[in-house]
Amino acid sequence: MREPGGTTRHISVQADPFDLAAEVEKLTGGRTDIGAVVTFTGLCRDEAGQLSALELEHYPGMAEDEMTRVVDKAEQRWPLQAVGVIHRYGVIRPGEVIVLVVTASAHRVAAFEAASFLMDYLKTRAPFWKKEHPADGSSGGWVEAKALDDLAAERWSAAKSD
Amino acid sequence: MVKLVYFAWVRERMGMAEEMVELPASVQTIADLALWLAGRDEGAALAFANPDVVRAAIDKHHVSPLTSVQGAREIAFFPPMTGG
Repeated sequence: MREPGGTTRHISVQADPFDLAAEVEKLTGGRTDIGAVVTFTGLCRDEAGQLSALELEHYPGMAEDEMTRVVDKAEQRWPLQAVGVIHRYGVIRPGEVIVLVVTASAHRVAAFEAASFLMDYLKTRAPFWKKEHPADGSSGGWVEAKALDDLAAERWSAAKSD
Repeated sequence: MVKLVYFAWVRERMGMAEEMVELPASVQTIADLALWLAGRDEGAALAFANPDVVRAAIDKHHVSPLTSVQGAREIAFFPPMTGG
């Protein structure tokens, strides 16, 4: 049974890092109806020592709005008890967290699928852009969008929803 | 007047993050606006050199190039997104 009030959600666009365990606790703490929690954490890679940092630019307002719209879609599609999406902006060093998706459901399939869907949609629809700061101090450039990311998002519209 | 906002390499090439403009009557759609902006100066021409690549949003919603700009308060142009 879903608790009255439905899905707990937490959506945040922030400069500060987040703590995975604390974020999961925020969404699931005190509840006894959740059987599955899936989390995805995206980290900054150093690209074999070539990268000193990523700088994430975002569109304030639209970033939150678009993340909310993507969460709405996920909730319509899967029976979720809790959803959390956090995306950072600003300068992020290798090893630091960039993005977090948490999905909680009664059973694992909904939680796994919804987390995957949320990440695919965030990558192609949430207004964030990554600029690379190379370790050699050169000026770097903007990360290019990958066609594979578009394909990953498109497979959800091709798939039968239920 | 409508507010135009730019992000990432579109912002860098335009040389500004935002501006207020009075749209000429000839600008009906996002595609018209991109073409009009591209004709303004060298930086803008570079930003919109490949207009199919540049994405747009009206009042913080994604839109296609053929969307009307009628009634828009804020129009954004930006490269394909690379968050996540």
